Amino acid sequence: MSTRPVQLHTPLGDEVLALHAGDHVELSGIVYTARDEAHLRMQERGIPFDPKGAVIYHCGPVIQDNRVIAAGPTTSARMNELSGFLIDNGVRGLIGKGGMGETVREQLRGKGVYFAFTGGCAALASSHMVLKGVFYEDLGMAEAVWVIELDRLPLVVGIDAHGNDIFGAARINAEKAFRSYSGTPCTGGQ
Amino acid sequence: MKTPDDIAVHASLADATFRAYREAVIRLPPDVLKVIRRAAEAETSPAARGEFENILKNIEVADKLGVPLCQDTGIPVVYLTIPPDVPLTQSLYDAVATGVRRATKEVPLRPNVVDPLSRHNTKDNTAAGIPAIHVRPGDTFTVTVLPKGAGAENSSRTAMLLPSHVYGIEGFVVETMLHAEGKPCPPVFLGVGIGGTFDLAAALAKEALLLPVDSMTEFEEQICTSVNKLGIGPMGLGGDFTALAVKVKTAGCHTASLPVAVNVQCWANRHATVEVKR
Repeated sequence: MSTRPVQLHTPLGDEVLALHAGDHVELSGIVYTARDEAHLRMQERGIPFDPKGAVIYHCGPVIQDNRVIAAGPTTSARMNELSGFLIDNGVRGLIGKGGMGETVREQLRGKGVYFAFTGGCAALASSHMVLKGVFYEDLGMAEAVWVIELDRLPLVVGIDAHGNDIFGAARINAEKAFRSYSGTPCTGGQ
Repeated sequence: MKTPDDIAVHASLADATFRAYREAVIRLPPDVLKVIRRAAEAETSPAARGEFENILKNIEVADKLGVPLCQDTGIPVVYLTIPPDVPLTQSLYDAVATGVRRATKEVPLRPNVVDPLSRHNTKDNTAAGIPAIHVRPGDTFTVTVLPKGAGAENSSRTAMLLPSHVYGIEGFVVETMLHAEGKPCPPVFLGVGIGGTFDLAAALAKEALLLPVDSMTEFEEQICTSVNKLGIGPMGLGGDFTALAVKVKTAGCHTASLPVAVNVQCWANRHATVEVKR
């Protein structure tokens, strides 16, 4: 049951096409953090780093004295409509939590993958990180693009390049389970 | 006029609040740890087992380095127990806010608190009405800090069910998690408030998160089992554990009402209690 995690190093190439949703991966090399504000600015002004084979991390870290103190993932779904141009420009990997929508799933087809990192695991994440630089620092700590070097960050492939989506599958199962749920339909809430 | 006693109480309450906040964001209570470890052993989905592995390692690293478990260090919710000889004055509220400001700087915490309309960040985790402070009488002088992260709080719901639909309570809780999916960072703890009034049900739901989570009543167990049948699993990747525990608190209610509230809490059910030294 416990197969060895696949070792990956950025920049990523065609090796990501061989990954499957559910695979365990350890990622090393440079990643770039980006949340809503950074995506908007990159769309407007261009990407400030070489996007070929690059990996974007959906994360608003706590940085203190040029060190990564806490850097868990933020909810990726907020970037659902903001990720296409990155993938078109050669980005091969996105890291975040909670999964992404159908649009991104299609954009990743034949090109790249979405990795899930465990929500709330900010201390663990930072123990695999060294800070290398920053773009857009004027956007503030949470929204700036931090250049971070990873040393074997443990990830799961959430969406692969073949359209398989582990979150989507779990969602469909949950809906099915709820429909067959023996409890009575709910009358309250929105 | 402030007496020397008032000043001393203010200082020790501020200090106790600071210490409780620091402890809460770095280390989980023993009953919470026990439940997480038990689930990590029992989980059968390989992807979910990997998530549990990360969670357990994260707990270890945060403890060892003395850094927050999660970068979302929450919004401060505070419960004060005050003995008969401590007067309930504005000074107590001020002291708690002082402790929160100090924790923000020294732990450090992420400044999360903003004005709800202008979205202007106050940068010290205090604002009008925040920290939220709940006071109750008791024998000892204690402060409990429950830092509440937004991912899980945003998935919480309250409803006024039909009083003839007591059997619908479980369905409402399960439906709350169906809508939440992976967003609140499952496996979650669910605080359920039943009865009281519209507002009291929500307060009970949050207080239920402070109850020991390593045991459940038959009713709580049944709701928890039904939630886990959804199979959402850790982080929404699918698995046996969507919820780790369900805790229920009730209050009397109007014969024509059935208020129900579900306060969703991520796996990091953070809270710490410190006695105020005098």
